[in-house]
Amino acid sequence: MSHSSPVVSVSGVTKVFGEGDSDRVRALENINLDVHPGEFISLIGPSGCGKSTLLRLIGDLIKPSGGTVQVNGKSAHQARLDRDYGMVFQQATLYDWRTVRKNVQLPLEVMSYAREKREARAQEMLKLVQLEEFSRHYPWQLSGGMQQRVAIARALAFEPSLLLMDEPFGALDEMTRERMQMELLRIWSQTQTTVIFVTHSIPEAVFLSSRAVVMSPRPGRLAGIVEIDLPRPRAFETRESAPFFEKIVEVRECLRRDEVRVASA
Amino acid sequence: MVETPTLPIHEVASEIPPAPRGTPAWLRQIIAFAIIAVALVAFWEGYKALGAATGGMIPLTAARLPVRPDDKSMPHVFDILAALFKPVQRGSENTLLSFLLRSALFTWREALVGFAIGSLVGFALGVVFVHSGLLERGLMPFVVASQTVPLLAVAPMVVIWGSRLQWPAWLAVTIISAYLTFFPVTINTLRGLRSPDPTALELMRSYAASDWQVLWKLRVPAALPYIFTALKISATASVIGAIIGELPSGIADGLGRSLLTFSYYYVSGPEKLYAAIFGAALLGIVFVVIIAQVERMVVPAGRRIE
Repeated sequence: MSHSSPVVSVSGVTKVFGEGDSDRVRALENINLDVHPGEFISLIGPSGCGKSTLLRLIGDLIKPSGGTVQVNGKSAHQARLDRDYGMVFQQATLYDWRTVRKNVQLPLEVMSYAREKREARAQEMLKLVQLEEFSRHYPWQLSGGMQQRVAIARALAFEPSLLLMDEPFGALDEMTRERMQMELLRIWSQTQTTVIFVTHSIPEAVFLSSRAVVMSPRPGRLAGIVEIDLPRPRAFETRESAPFFEKIVEVRECLRRDEVRVASA
Repeated sequence: MVETPTLPIHEVASEIPPAPRGTPAWLRQIIAFAIIAVALVAFWEGYKALGAATGGMIPLTAARLPVRPDDKSMPHVFDILAALFKPVQRGSENTLLSFLLRSALFTWREALVGFAIGSLVGFALGVVFVHSGLLERGLMPFVVASQTVPLLAVAPMVVIWGSRLQWPAWLAVTIISAYLTFFPVTINTLRGLRSPDPTALELMRSYAASDWQVLWKLRVPAALPYIFTALKISATASVIGAIIGELPSGIADGLGRSLLTFSYYYVSGPEKLYAAIFGAALLGIVFVVIIAQVERMVVPAGRRIE
């Protein structure tokens, strides 16, 4: 993997909120991370570790205080202007005056796709997330899990090379959540998109990822990276396999080691 | 990369609220309206009957009823209705009803233009304010002040300026109507344009959408329920503005002059003034109903503020 040029390259990034104020917060300190094409990366850590901040820096929704973020060999800003990534938030953030179909078409409208192309892409994406028969429903007529699938369809509609997901399943119940994880892996394998996925659930990170990037708080920094080489396709049985538990332990250890280090420092 | 086989998804969409069976919504609306109308008539006539029985006193007390229940102060509802079908004045060929309908239609035309201008100005101000905090802070106090100045003071000034500029008389009326209309639209538009969540805006940012696209694809659709609420307030205000505007501008064909004339001749025919008041009220209702209908066509059911 390391032979291909990275999709995302974060080097020496720091982020300070409220710079110059007495109550400024050092959200991120000296972050270095490369993400390679086709990878599924999780950013995991307790709240306050800056994982969402890092994701938003990569997406150019906020600017770093120091260091550089590159996406597809360009600045994050240029990558956003070039529409290189799709974004999925914890809330589905569907526009409730638009039908499901129209919601999926939203980015395509903004990007001035022709009508036929828009309709075709939306159709295709709704098929991908298995919601074709709900294309004419309104968001408030769907369950939380279905809404989140529409949000994923919308994010992938314009075929971005990178998918940024900020705790997308955080608001779902455990059962729906596990089903959505399977769905996401299926979609990931079908689209070959690179995914960066923020979560605070260790099993979720282990089940989904090819690498789990473990972060720790105050100030937010990388505590370690755990390679997750569990065989694919991953299925329900994966969650009950011994290697799965070993990886969970490994991630947990990584989080704890850092706590110990901070406590003794 | 080979991935997991597709799993069937057994999630059920929450039920779309079923349309109530039987009576359609518009009919239920009319029935409800009729019931209240009958109740009000019954109260009016009951009050008069009570006054007649007690000689204008509140029963078992020595206190007078707040409004005298005689036919001068409170004509019978039947007399008011009957007056509609009598000539508007002795020897006239027109009934009061056709006279009032014509006046109401005339006033409505002025109100409609005023409403259109006021709504557009109100909307435009809302859009400007949402994009410029500086302009909002600078202009908003004046916008608020404009509404605290009594309309009775503003209306003659507009009429005088209008005549100096040789405007047609109805144009001044329209401006006065617009003056009363734009404020609720500005306030509600601004509120509505600010209503999207931060993430809804970030989503647009992630698409590198232009301000123009954010406005028309996100802010304005999100603001529509707020704007329609404002339009309903403004519709009634535009009628009031037109009626008040007609008084100093000497327009003889509208409801304003009718109300004034009938109040002069109140003693000889109080039912005419009441009929004219109902005419004005009816105009407001019709206007609001039309806007509610447009809202039904424009805003999906799940988003209406009802």
